[in-house]
Amino acid sequence: MEFEKFFRTERFPHVFCPGCGNGTVMNCFFRAFSNTGIDLDKTVLVGGIGCASRIPLYINSDMIHTTHGRAIPFAIGLKLANPELDIVVIGGDGDIGAIGGNHLVNGCRRNVDITVICINNYTYGMTGGQTSTTTPHGFKSSTSPTGNPEYPFDLAELASTAGANFVARWTVRHVHELVKSIEKALQKKGFRFIEVISTCPTGFGRRNRMGDPAQQLEWLKKSSVKREKIREAAFDHIDLNILGYISIGEFVDRDRKSLGEILFGVEEHERD
Amino acid sequence: MQGNEACVEGAIAAGVRFFAGYPITPSTEIAERLAVRLPEIGGVFIQMEDELACISAIVGASWAGAKSMTATSGPGFSLMQEGIGYAAMTETPIVIVNVMRGGPSTGQPTRASQADVMQVKWGSHGDYQLIALAPYSVQESYDLTVDAFNLAEKYRVPTVLLSDAELAHMRGDLIIPERVEIVNRKEPGVPKTGPAYDISDELVPPFPVFGHGHKGFVTGMTHDSKSNITPEDEEIQEQLVRRLSEKILKNQKDICRFEIINPDAEKFVIAYGASSMAPKEIAMRNPHVGLLRLKTVWPLPEEQILDVAQNATSILVVEMNMGQIVREVQRLACSIGCRAVRFYSDLGGYPPRMSKIQAILDKMKG
Repeated sequence: MEFEKFFRTERFPHVFCPGCGNGTVMNCFFRAFSNTGIDLDKTVLVGGIGCASRIPLYINSDMIHTTHGRAIPFAIGLKLANPELDIVVIGGDGDIGAIGGNHLVNGCRRNVDITVICINNYTYGMTGGQTSTTTPHGFKSSTSPTGNPEYPFDLAELASTAGANFVARWTVRHVHELVKSIEKALQKKGFRFIEVISTCPTGFGRRNRMGDPAQQLEWLKKSSVKREKIREAAFDHIDLNILGYISIGEFVDRDRKSLGEILFGVEEHERD
Repeated sequence: MQGNEACVEGAIAAGVRFFAGYPITPSTEIAERLAVRLPEIGGVFIQMEDELACISAIVGASWAGAKSMTATSGPGFSLMQEGIGYAAMTETPIVIVNVMRGGPSTGQPTRASQADVMQVKWGSHGDYQLIALAPYSVQESYDLTVDAFNLAEKYRVPTVLLSDAELAHMRGDLIIPERVEIVNRKEPGVPKTGPAYDISDELVPPFPVFGHGHKGFVTGMTHDSKSNITPEDEEIQEQLVRRLSEKILKNQKDICRFEIINPDAEKFVIAYGASSMAPKEIAMRNPHVGLLRLKTVWPLPEEQILDVAQNATSILVVEMNMGQIVREVQRLACSIGCRAVRFYSDLGGYPPRMSKIQAILDKMKG
């Protein structure tokens, strides 16, 4: 195993279902992480509650598995109390976008120095596939058996508007791009938000005629449109995720002064 | 100096380095003063988006090694309950100041109450113990804040300073001691080989500060000492929950603080915080009236209450709620056959007045 040193192997087997995208995201994270040269012993992984939030439990660093929705404020406390630590939050759409939505927008607004990887599988996987704030309109779940009557959040757009320094969205089909974006995010300051559209054959796919993981991957491939292309085509007000498109790409890459830079007044640490 | 300000100075003396707060009357002065004071001493102040975020941020900061604190009042304290349970389960030293105001709901933001005493003990779901200290003066707002940090560090437990709107805004003298005893959390050594994370079987395990190479593994789920999550293991759940309570209950002698005046008196008042102000005045003037003033409310100083029940002819419990600690006193007194427990309360938002308490004492046997 190429990344064995990154795993808490004593915790295996893991809880993820066959066909879950979490393994792909972990692989991409380790690839990106090892390219940056950041010290794993100075990195803290923070998870909330949910399937994606279980990822930190398998990573061989300091790890805190927190309460549902609150991973970002835990991360803020960790970072401000010891700015030398690198903090990475990994969580799902329910954790970060729904119950933790207020913390997400305020984290972006503060531009606090943390990386947040939100694995969006459009559903509450851990509890068996209920409607999430990101479930596309009309799609079925165990709590919207005739199709979701509501409209979803676009988390990447939300984070961009709220003030994050770096925002990207990819799917688990776009592993090379995802690795590059995570690598970039880990080396930036301020709030970095990466949304990864992922597969959940058990909770989401099964109810939406994509019970086979490969079918859901095909769907992700077919539905993804590079952000630049959407712009070129002047789909300015396209309601993404609703018309069946998933816009992917880097949404924001800016260098507004981060909260750490403002509070502590010096560069936190060099990384050349 | 104000009670709230004294609390801030006590926190600084005890070593607070991180505060996350959200404005709420009558606790706001604590946040305002710390916003000035913390940057002066190399600490961090942050105002969060809500109390859920405050409690989460201070738990995070504590794992990064900082002594951390938040301050709030009724509605905010209710919002913090999930995080308090998480801190109890993960054995995170934090201090929460609850400046009690009248409730339920928005209630009386500017007036005092003691109606959160049971909420402090039972507020979060599940079985756990925490420590709660109730100052009655400006001086004690300082002294007990220092104690709150020390106890939180020593026992790895969330500790609540139960202040109230009266104490928070009351002005009085504060004498800052030249030397303050400070307790710091114990940290384990870092093993050279094997999985670093391994909590010991001690009642209070050492605290693996993040960033020190421990590969700390912190979870609110039922866990064993080898970082295994074991939500369906009967034995591990039993051991863990028992230990979380026993580390506090078996150390009551060390944790319980109280004041006794006129120990041989026949008539005794038991009170705490703002409701003990008038009883203390009375007991200071009248040698026939005893006072047991609880500084530690949780864990309850049961030994001292039993002593009073054993020796006094009648007991009056004074509170600013519909009867919370009085039930505990009745339970203890009844267990040794003492039934003469009376109760007086004021709910309007002002500490009980001397004249009213004196009138009841006059009617009591003694």
